[in-house]
Amino acid sequence: MDAIILQILNGLDKGSAYALIALGLTLIFGTLGVVNFAHGALFMIGAFCAVTLSRLISVSHKVEIPGEVDFLGNQATRDVPYIYSIFGETAGATIIDWAVPLSILLAIPVMILIGVIMERGLIKHFYKRPHADQILVTFGLAIVLQEIIKYFYGANPIPTPAPEAFIGSFDFGALIGFDPGTIIYPYWRLVYFAFAAVIIGAVFAFLQFTTFGMVVRAGMADRETVGLLGINIDKRFTIMFGLAAAVAGLAGVMYAPITSPNYHMGMDFLVLSFVVVVVGGMGSLPGAVLAGFLLGILESFASMREVLDILPGLNQIIIYLVAIVILLTRPRGLMGRKGVMED
Amino acid sequence: MSKGNLTRRGVLKTGAVAGAGLALPTYLSAQDSGFTNAPTGSTVTLGFNVPQSGPYADEGADELRAYELAVEHLNGEGDGGMLNTFSSKALQGNGILGKKVEYVTGDTQTKSDAARASAKSMIEKDGAVMITGGSSSGVAVAVQALCQEAGIIFMAGLTHSNDTTGKDKKANGFRHFFNSYMSGAALAPVLAANYGTDRKAYHLTADYNWGYTTEEAVKSSTEAMGWETVGTVLTPLTQTDFSSYITPVLQSDADVLVLNHYGGNMVNSLTNAVQFGLRDRIANGKQFEIVVPLYSRLMAKGAGANVKGIFGSTNWHWSLQDEGSKAFVKSFGTKYGFPPSQAAHTCYVQALLYADAVERAGSFAPCAVGEALKDFEFDGMGNGPTLYRGDDHQCFKDVLVVKGKENPTSEFDLLEIVEVTPVDQVTYAPDHPQFAGGQLGSCNNGA
Repeated sequence: MDAIILQILNGLDKGSAYALIALGLTLIFGTLGVVNFAHGALFMIGAFCAVTLSRLISVSHKVEIPGEVDFLGNQATRDVPYIYSIFGETAGATIIDWAVPLSILLAIPVMILIGVIMERGLIKHFYKRPHADQILVTFGLAIVLQEIIKYFYGANPIPTPAPEAFIGSFDFGALIGFDPGTIIYPYWRLVYFAFAAVIIGAVFAFLQFTTFGMVVRAGMADRETVGLLGINIDKRFTIMFGLAAAVAGLAGVMYAPITSPNYHMGMDFLVLSFVVVVVGGMGSLPGAVLAGFLLGILESFASMREVLDILPGLNQIIIYLVAIVILLTRPRGLMGRKGVMED
Repeated sequence: MSKGNLTRRGVLKTGAVAGAGLALPTYLSAQDSGFTNAPTGSTVTLGFNVPQSGPYADEGADELRAYELAVEHLNGEGDGGMLNTFSSKALQGNGILGKKVEYVTGDTQTKSDAARASAKSMIEKDGAVMITGGSSSGVAVAVQALCQEAGIIFMAGLTHSNDTTGKDKKANGFRHFFNSYMSGAALAPVLAANYGTDRKAYHLTADYNWGYTTEEAVKSSTEAMGWETVGTVLTPLTQTDFSSYITPVLQSDADVLVLNHYGGNMVNSLTNAVQFGLRDRIANGKQFEIVVPLYSRLMAKGAGANVKGIFGSTNWHWSLQDEGSKAFVKSFGTKYGFPPSQAAHTCYVQALLYADAVERAGSFAPCAVGEALKDFEFDGMGNGPTLYRGDDHQCFKDVLVVKGKENPTSEFDLLEIVEVTPVDQVTYAPDHPQFAGGQLGSCNNGA
């Protein structure tokens, strides 16, 4: 029983990341009709926003260490961040410690800007082209973006730890009557799950309860009629692209302490997120969220040793297996709408 | 139509004859000398096949730095580095056999097919007489097989799988880097001394060639010490979040987790294991421990503070205080501003060993070079007295057991040497079961 609870918890945070990326993907598909293969790269750029801010606020000057030499026998130095001289050592160290959550403030404008530039600069020229063309150009864009990141940050993963306060794990077992230490879960992963829930809730609320959201939903349902009513739907859809980019970016920022960011992390998530979108139903926002969590949890269960002993390799194919079964039984996905991608 | 007019057929014929004529000297020179890409002019070209893109690009960049430094030293530029400490004095700093050393580079991308293609291109188009480099066993095995067919010497870079000099060994291939068996043999006594002989180990293993041999080596060495293996699970190479593999460890009765992972896999699995509190855990009345059989400083940097106190093994470390290591660190550090990695070290040494073997053989012919390398004993290259065993073309030398440093003084000072395991303890018979199944075959001069 404790193993099952643990794997469900595990699936929830992985599912959170899938759901956040898939939400943006399906939002872009639902509004603009574009299959955006560069969406994983936006997740990766979000994670690198955390790396960048962390590096920016840690910019240091060298201070000589008396009596010590470096590996070449020269005078040894240590790095002292400039921020210490502005805020004092304690406050400066706290700011550096909280770099990841603070990166949210940097990531929102940066990601919206990148999203809008991407849409206006490249993707809008491919609206009327076949989906295959859109996939090729966005896939190419993803490779370009990841090579740019690799050029500046290198190929190795970069450790980006969570604030000291969230390092360690929470003992669920002791809380719900199991033996202490049997169900433990890292604090930061709980934070990630809560953060994902807030973002998903905010996106739904924005679309559901604001006039802007209402127009966007109307545009998703019937773009032509909304246009005939004199509403500039294109402009709103561009903003939605920026919003989807910001959601992917925020998912990446908060994921940085879970997996040390590297230039390739977007690609690793992209394929799975596409499966999530297809399983959830193309263009369906609740479907993307539901499928994200569902596949995250299933993937967790498939990695258990007890399961692998019976079916070796199941962990590597489970998501695709489920996708095949769901598409055979429900061709439009779990919550797909009629008419989407069926023309 | 007059005779002097150009015709399509005529142009084709002339082109074919001219092409054959141009190609003939190269072909004849190869035939004359009896081996592929025999250098004819005043220069000789070496092919450095390293990952310049893909997940090991940072290691590849460090390998390339080391090769450039080696070329400088071979050509008599710079401070000479390890040429000053190398026990063999055949190299004079005037190139190799008086020919100035030039080089071409290829990008392995850490993909076997791409690595073979880049090696093939360097051999066929650039006339490389030797191929070296790489940061993956899959790539090393693939390129080694290609070099064997082409009649080129392959001096392996960073490759740790037993198979490179085990079941996939080739007469034209040589490895200086240590292997999985040696890691297991060096680590087990240190682990027993620090953690006791009554331990239950759980292995997470990368699902490819290197992972399998490392798991087998560590498992058999630790079991021989009295440890019990309670679980082994293969993890996909593309995995980034290992939480679903870590949580079953909590449910098992294991008190040690062995991470047979390298590169990004190692960084992420170790980070996840620490996040899940494994290092603070008490299991079977003992402190839970994590072991990383193959350490690299570049990876340790990626894992940050999570490596503190964790045991592993390494081929070489810049903090070694022998004359060879000091000379290399000084050359490398002065040129690039930071100490070299173990990947850089093994590549630099391989380039020098090849050049030295050519000088001693008096020929670039692969079979002559191979003979010069076989059972060659040397010192002054950073690992103490070393033997290039003729039976399998594997170097035998001391192995370093290292631990993540508790209080690093710089971003390079991440590992501390716990023990230098003597070579006798890591030496095995050429027909050891972990290396069974392959034959060196006979050397190939190609052409």
